[in-house]
Amino acid sequence: MSPSEHDIYQEHVLEHYEDPYHRGSLADATHADEGNNPLCGDVIHIDLKLSCDGKIEQAWFDGEGCKISQASASMLTEAIEGKTLEEVKAFSAEEMLKLFGPRLTPNRQKCCLLSWRVLQSAMHSPVGDFDDDENSNEDPQFGGPSLSEES
Amino acid sequence: MPEPFNLTDSCNHTADLSAFDAERYRSDFPILKRHVSSGEPLAFLDNAASSQRPSVVIDAMADCYESYYANVHRGIHTLSEESTDRYEQARATTARFLNAAEEKEIIFTAGCTAAINTVARSWGEANLGRGDTILLTIAEHHANIVPWHQLAERIGVNVVFIPINEAFDIADEVVLEYLDRYRPKLFAFTAASNTLGTEFPVKRWTEFAHAAGATVLVDAAQAAPHSVVDVQDWGVDFLAFSGHKVCGPTGIGVLYGKAEHLDAMPAFLGGGGMIDRVTTSGFSSAALPDKFEAGTPPIVEAIGLEAAIKYLSKIGLDTIHQYERSIGAYADAGLRNLEGVRIIGPTPNRKSGIVSFLIDHAHAHDTAQSLDSLGIAVRAGHHCTMPLHDAIGATATTRASFYFYNTFAEADRLIEAVKSTRAKFAPSGRKRRGRTVS
Repeated sequence: MSPSEHDIYQEHVLEHYEDPYHRGSLADATHADEGNNPLCGDVIHIDLKLSCDGKIEQAWFDGEGCKISQASASMLTEAIEGKTLEEVKAFSAEEMLKLFGPRLTPNRQKCCLLSWRVLQSAMHSPVGDFDDDENSNEDPQFGGPSLSEES
Repeated sequence: MPEPFNLTDSCNHTADLSAFDAERYRSDFPILKRHVSSGEPLAFLDNAASSQRPSVVIDAMADCYESYYANVHRGIHTLSEESTDRYEQARATTARFLNAAEEKEIIFTAGCTAAINTVARSWGEANLGRGDTILLTIAEHHANIVPWHQLAERIGVNVVFIPINEAFDIADEVVLEYLDRYRPKLFAFTAASNTLGTEFPVKRWTEFAHAAGATVLVDAAQAAPHSVVDVQDWGVDFLAFSGHKVCGPTGIGVLYGKAEHLDAMPAFLGGGGMIDRVTTSGFSSAALPDKFEAGTPPIVEAIGLEAAIKYLSKIGLDTIHQYERSIGAYADAGLRNLEGVRIIGPTPNRKSGIVSFLIDHAHAHDTAQSLDSLGIAVRAGHHCTMPLHDAIGATATTRASFYFYNTFAEADRLIEAVKSTRAKFAPSGRKRRGRTVS
């Protein structure tokens, strides 16, 4: 493979990082949730506005962290608007990684899948009934062991 | 080769350095020939996390397994006697490496972490009580923090941290002030910070601590691989280091303790090998060093560690230290000069081969990932120093850590790679291309 194929910071990733889709909060959100990824200290908050007929009318994200977590959140919110809840629930982790594009090592998949995890839980978290349970305590379905330790 | 950085204080032997040929040693390390997944040749600059191994270490371990391996201190047969001889020979070599007064002051453990935990559990529980203070520096890595927090939970000791100043250093006056104010029973500090690179004056601080009535434990995980350690000259009570950072195997570390302390301490882990006699009603401990080596010890690892120590000693720890100061200073200066790059650490005269940094607009992990695609292995994260990162105000930093087998050409590659990474990640008015929704 050429070196460029190993560079995960392709232009479309950097574009989403620098010029994100719907970064911010949604005043009339119907559903919302937040999660973090201890590896990079990434935090993602997602606000959703669901329509009466079960579609994602608007999706917004906010947060901080590495470029992969932030750019992937932008790609995800852009991709799901207009989709039905069933379609979004069926949107798999593999499809999320494919949407991101560049191939990621298991550790960095955690960064990419953070917004996907938060989205899946946000659909079950109506605003007003907001519980800030720590999604980070749940085992992510993808990704390798933590890089954090050195002894 | 670029001109080595001219250091003024303890390292003005540039004439000797020009004779130091890192290339000559690289061929001893088979792994350094490899390329990374992008196809670029490997520049391994993650030595503070773990070093690589020369063939003599790998061969010594293979030779043990192939020629004379058996359990030690147990069997009355040829292989067990040969293995026991070699295991004890490794202890003798390690004692000379640290200039310990007696071989029995060297305890083989599972690692530096296990060594510090042994002191916390055995010496700590026997000698400390509620309200006593353990003094640390904020630059400690977790292995020299968490065992003391655990002791605090169990017996109610206080854990106090000496802060670093704006120069990423700790002045003697501050150490004296903390010793005087808190009158700690133990002062446990690192000889060199794994994150900042700062080298602390172990002998002087040990004198200060003893004058204030404190026992001293030194975490030498980042010192033993890079400079001469002399436990008698330093006067320390305890010292710990890891095998895998001195070109040795994983799974072994060393606890040095003055015989008077180790003799008085209760055994920590219980099991075979550490007993004199066991009955249905109790046990009596073996003498040193067996008392602290319960179970089958890291036999082959000790033999590998001995080969590593001999290898490093042949090059000379003073020579290694001088070279690392030189290449570290060169990399530090190169990165410090780059716009948008901030060095997290003291100026080169206070450190050796560690250069931690942050690039504007780039998360430390993104920086490390980008450098990896260019073949450069660095560490990104909190480096097991979360309290220190809290103090610095960063969640993560990127760290390049050099060893004697790294070349100035690799330092140049690092500087160039940081420069191009910074350029790539700098905001440049990029616009997201619109999606066509199906």
